[in-house]
Amino acid sequence: MDKSEKMALSLSGMLLVLFFGAIMYAAVVEDIQVPTCITDMEPFTSDTLFQSGPETYELQMVARMWAFQPSTVRLPVGSTVDMYLTSQDITHGFMIENKNVNLMAVPGAVNYIQVTFDEPGEYFFACHEFCGAAHHTMSGRIIIEEEGVAGNQMGALQ
Amino acid sequence: MNLETFQFSKSAKKLNSLLIIIPMVLLFIGVYGGLMQTLFRAGIIQSDPFMGGDYYKGLTIHGVLNAIVFTTFFAVALGNALIPYSLKMNLNTKAAWASGILMLVGSVMAGVVMLMGEATVLYTFYPPLKAHPLFYVGLTLLVVGSWVAFFNWIPMYLKWRRENPGEKTPLTVVGMFTTFIVWLIATASVAVEILFMLLPWSLGLIDEVNVMLARTLFWFFGHPLVYFWLLPAYVMYYSFMPKLADGKLYSDMAGRLVFMMFVVFSVPVGTHHQYMDPAIGSQWKLIHGIFTFAVALPSLITAFTLAASLEYAGRQRGGKGLFGWITKLPYFDKEKWFFSYLISGLIIFIFGGISGIVNASYQMNTAVHNTAWVPGHFHLTVAGPVLLAFLGGSMYLIHQFMGKPVKMKGWTLSVPYIYTIGVSIFSWGLMRGGLLGMPRRTNTGASYANPESVLYQPDWMPYIDITVIGGIIMFLAIVIFVVAFFATVFARSEVTAEEPKVTFPITAPLHNEPSLWLRNFKPFIIIAIILIVLSYTPVIYDVLQSTYDGSLPYSPNSPVPLR
Repeated sequence: MDKSEKMALSLSGMLLVLFFGAIMYAAVVEDIQVPTCITDMEPFTSDTLFQSGPETYELQMVARMWAFQPSTVRLPVGSTVDMYLTSQDITHGFMIENKNVNLMAVPGAVNYIQVTFDEPGEYFFACHEFCGAAHHTMSGRIIIEEEGVAGNQMGALQ
Repeated sequence: MNLETFQFSKSAKKLNSLLIIIPMVLLFIGVYGGLMQTLFRAGIIQSDPFMGGDYYKGLTIHGVLNAIVFTTFFAVALGNALIPYSLKMNLNTKAAWASGILMLVGSVMAGVVMLMGEATVLYTFYPPLKAHPLFYVGLTLLVVGSWVAFFNWIPMYLKWRRENPGEKTPLTVVGMFTTFIVWLIATASVAVEILFMLLPWSLGLIDEVNVMLARTLFWFFGHPLVYFWLLPAYVMYYSFMPKLADGKLYSDMAGRLVFMMFVVFSVPVGTHHQYMDPAIGSQWKLIHGIFTFAVALPSLITAFTLAASLEYAGRQRGGKGLFGWITKLPYFDKEKWFFSYLISGLIIFIFGGISGIVNASYQMNTAVHNTAWVPGHFHLTVAGPVLLAFLGGSMYLIHQFMGKPVKMKGWTLSVPYIYTIGVSIFSWGLMRGGLLGMPRRTNTGASYANPESVLYQPDWMPYIDITVIGGIIMFLAIVIFVVAFFATVFARSEVTAEEPKVTFPITAPLHNEPSLWLRNFKPFIIIAIILIVLSYTPVIYDVLQSTYDGSLPYSPNSPVPLR
């Protein structure tokens, strides 16, 4: 192996170590997680949303051909949501625009991620795994409202 | 160029020609499907004007024919060509024909049920969407046929090793064996998924399947599958490209190291396709992510070795200065038309590789998983360097095995450049749209790209429209290629006194080290198996202990299970 080859090899290795460092930084310092294996959640077949603390909510969402239930969620700004997702039939996909939320909805398993909404606005989501004839219509939105705008509607399901 | 020749038997020549011509027809059906999909997505058409059916049927045909059928046939044909050629040994044509017939019967079977709309499950065939049993049988026969081809080469290789002790196995043979070792390990898992889960379930012999387990077995296969696509292209990059530019391979050892690293790291990485899945611990996902970085290393070494080989070639051709050699390569030399297929693919692969590292980067996958970014990425890999190298290789193999002169050389030379422009525009549109959250595998034309719909997403529109432009350019490039290809197939044979011999532009090494530790596959296969067991045992354990329900089969047309 000549000198330039050794240098190319070490630089490539260092580049990959750098990328790995960035991943660890994102996981440890920024606390950006990917879904993991959860066993402490009872399987559910219908959707639920309830307030679990002053600014925290628990959302159990069900994906089925061809709708998310709930398809519209209203929450106050600053809410932290424990999101659970499962499917009642075939595989679906769920991603919230502009947020680090991307979950596969797989029948026979519950997926989980925690997300905080610091900015008011409408967050669109669309099913991103092929789920049959009307897959392209399966979508919904999360509406994050400014403090005091919607009053008693907070946490309402539609 | 003074090249070695080898006389193939007539039967072997005929077989290898058929292994190239038949998948070319299937490829074109798939490419037509690809064009239709860009039109569907932009809302320009609502139904396929020729084949009928909706977006998802066409998408299944496009994925299966282009990414699975065409690639498998070409890899087998290239092995059937290079292994006898490099070892100077005749192919056992009986076994080779049997393999070809199995593959053909399987592909036609899967193709027919897909065209009938009985297998609209996309090329990942995730349950509980159910396909017609013949779809699973067809894919199985295709894979078994490719195994037969591989098993046919093993005795040749062992005999050569016995008869040539102490000699280095030719790099082409190392590359083809790497391709098929990876393929054999990977397909073992999908064979389990199909034979023990999906096929009996589709036939009604078992009621339910564990969907997460099926997904995990699929991706055990699904990621090494991409190396099965890429490695034959690497064989051509290492063996042919420097020679076509009148150069040498910068380092023979680097080539051997790269192939052995693919044997070791190709498989224990599949869970990086499942970062967003439930039922798999994130720590195991991270380990698969680390191995994915390890398998990026051989591609980075390849980038260096090939660039250094081309620099050597450019300097031999009179290139001066730091970058002067770049201008001296035979980009537009009609007699070296094959070079344009390889160099264009390499340039595309820079972007394919970078976007691939993004996908593999654990949390960063959250931003792109299952968005249009992903097809944007893999059209820069499998539909970029792999497709172009396989097209160039197909033309070269036909030219050699049928003894026909390459027709329309100017057009043949220009195909990769036109295609590169098309795929760059196309993938940029998909990737940019994907970053906005535009989903993949979605007929956007019927909802998100339809101004009449309540779901209309105006900010995605520019990127959807641009994929139409890119898609049309890609399609035109392939049309030109197919015309030139069949003009060559039906051309008058070159008149020679004796049966024409076959030759390949095989590159000599510049630095040729003994690399004794890289001469035997065995230790690397053992390390690979250990890594696979270590990385997959916890994943399968998690899946089995945290899933609580099996799934009945579904058709894509109804939310009610089929039984």
